Amino acid sequence: MEEALPKMSPADSPGAAAATAAWDLLVVGAGPAGLAVTIYAARAGLRTCVLERGVPGGQMATADWVENYPGFPEGVAGVELGLKMEEQARRFGVTFLTADAGATGLELAGSDKTVAGQRARAVVVATGSRPRRLGLPGEDRLAGRGVSYCATCDGAFFRGKRVAVIGGGDSAVTEAAFLAKLAAKVFVVHRRDGFRAAATLVERVRALKNVELRLGRVPVSIEGSGGVEALVLREAAGGEAGAREERLELDGVFIYVGTDPETGFLKGKVDLDKAGYVITDQEMRTSVPRVYAAGDVRVKGLRQVVTAVADGAVAAMTAEKDLAALAQG
Amino acid sequence: MTEEGKAHEVSDANFDKEVLKSATPVLVDFWASWCKPCQKMAPILEAVAQDYAGRLTVAKLDVEDSPGTAQRYDVRGIPTLILFKGGQPGERVSEYMPKEELERWLDAAL
Repeated sequence: MEEALPKMSPADSPGAAAATAAWDLLVVGAGPAGLAVTIYAARAGLRTCVLERGVPGGQMATADWVENYPGFPEGVAGVELGLKMEEQARRFGVTFLTADAGATGLELAGSDKTVAGQRARAVVVATGSRPRRLGLPGEDRLAGRGVSYCATCDGAFFRGKRVAVIGGGDSAVTEAAFLAKLAAKVFVVHRRDGFRAAATLVERVRALKNVELRLGRVPVSIEGSGGVEALVLREAAGGEAGAREERLELDGVFIYVGTDPETGFLKGKVDLDKAGYVITDQEMRTSVPRVYAAGDVRVKGLRQVVTAVADGAVAAMTAEKDLAALAQG
Repeated sequence: MTEEGKAHEVSDANFDKEVLKSATPVLVDFWASWCKPCQKMAPILEAVAQDYAGRLTVAKLDVEDSPGTAQRYDVRGIPTLILFKGGQPGERVSEYMPKEELERWLDAAL
C-alpha cells in the first residue's frame, strides 16, 4: 500500500534562496507518460505542473482505436483514453500550462530547474516522439496536400479516393484498415516481404476487399503539382539500377515508418544516445540530478501507452524519493 | 463589414469577396470540428488577429461546410494555414504551431 510522504516545503531544502521554486515537480509533455507522472506525483503531495505545447494526450489523441491497453475488452478510442487521463490528473489538482519547452529554453543544471519560465525542484521530460519522415522527393512540398502522417486527422479528405499507406508495423497496418473504411482503394507499401505488425492486424487488413498489398517495394518519389497525384515505387530487391518501377495514381500518401524522439531541445543538457533518446537508469533518472525521463522519449525496448504510464509512475516516485532525501540531506 | 482585430468566418460563398479581393493580406485557417489541434489553435489565431490588426486579416474556413475552397487550394490535411496576398495563395503550413512559432512564421512571410 502506497503511503504519501509529508509534503515538501521550500524552507526544508538546504540552501533555499530568497526566490523559492513554484513547483516541486515540473513535467514536460502531457502524453500518457507525462499524465501518469502528474497523477502519481500529485497524489504523493508534490506541487505538480505539466507543460504542453499542443493537445494533451500525445499520440493517443491521434490513434483511432487502442485495442491492447489492458482493461478495455472492446478497445478504447485513443482520444477517449487521453481525455480520461487528463481528467484524472486535473482531479488531483495538477496545473496545466500551455508552453513550448523547446522554444523558451530551459536550465537543468542547478539545484532549481527552470523550464519555460517555471521554476521547479525536479523535472520529468516526457516529450515523446514525432513521426519519422521518409525523405522522399515531393514529401515536404506536398505535406498537407495529400502527404500525411496521421490517418485519423486527415482521413476524411480521402472519402472515395485512392491512398497508399507506407510502412510495415502495427501503426501502418491499423491505420490502413481505418482508411479502408473511407477510401475507395488503399495500397499498403512495405519494403519487406512480410509485415512486422501483429498477426491479427495483418489478417484483418489482408481480408479487406479494397486493400491491395505492395510488399517488397520501396517508395521512390511522390508526384503532383498542386496536390498528390501519384506515388512511384520500385522493387526493394536488386538495387536501383534496372529495378522495375510502378506508378500508382493516388490522392494521398500516409507515412508510418516509425518515430523520432523529441529531444532536440535537450542536446548538451542531458545524456542522449546516438538516436537522440534520453538515457536513464531503471528508476528513470537521467545524467542530471533531479531530472528524469519517461515514455517514448527515453531509451527503451517497447514504446506503447502501457509502458509510458509505467515509466511515468516510476519517475514520479523516484522524484519524490530524491526530493525527500534532499530535504534530509 | 469585418471587425478589425478579430478572426472572421469565410465560406465557399464569400471567399472571393472576403479573401481574394482583400487589400490586406489574409491568413486563412482551414479547420474542421473533428480536428483537436485546430481547436487548440483557435485562441492563438484570435490573439494573432488582434496583434496584427491593420496589417493582416485572419479568416477561418470550415472544410466540411466549404469543401470546394479546400479542394481548390489542395488542402488535404488540417490544420492548414495559407497566407493570401493580392488574391494569390502564398506561404502555407500544415501543422499545429504555438503562438510564438506562428508569429515568427508570419513575420517572415508578411
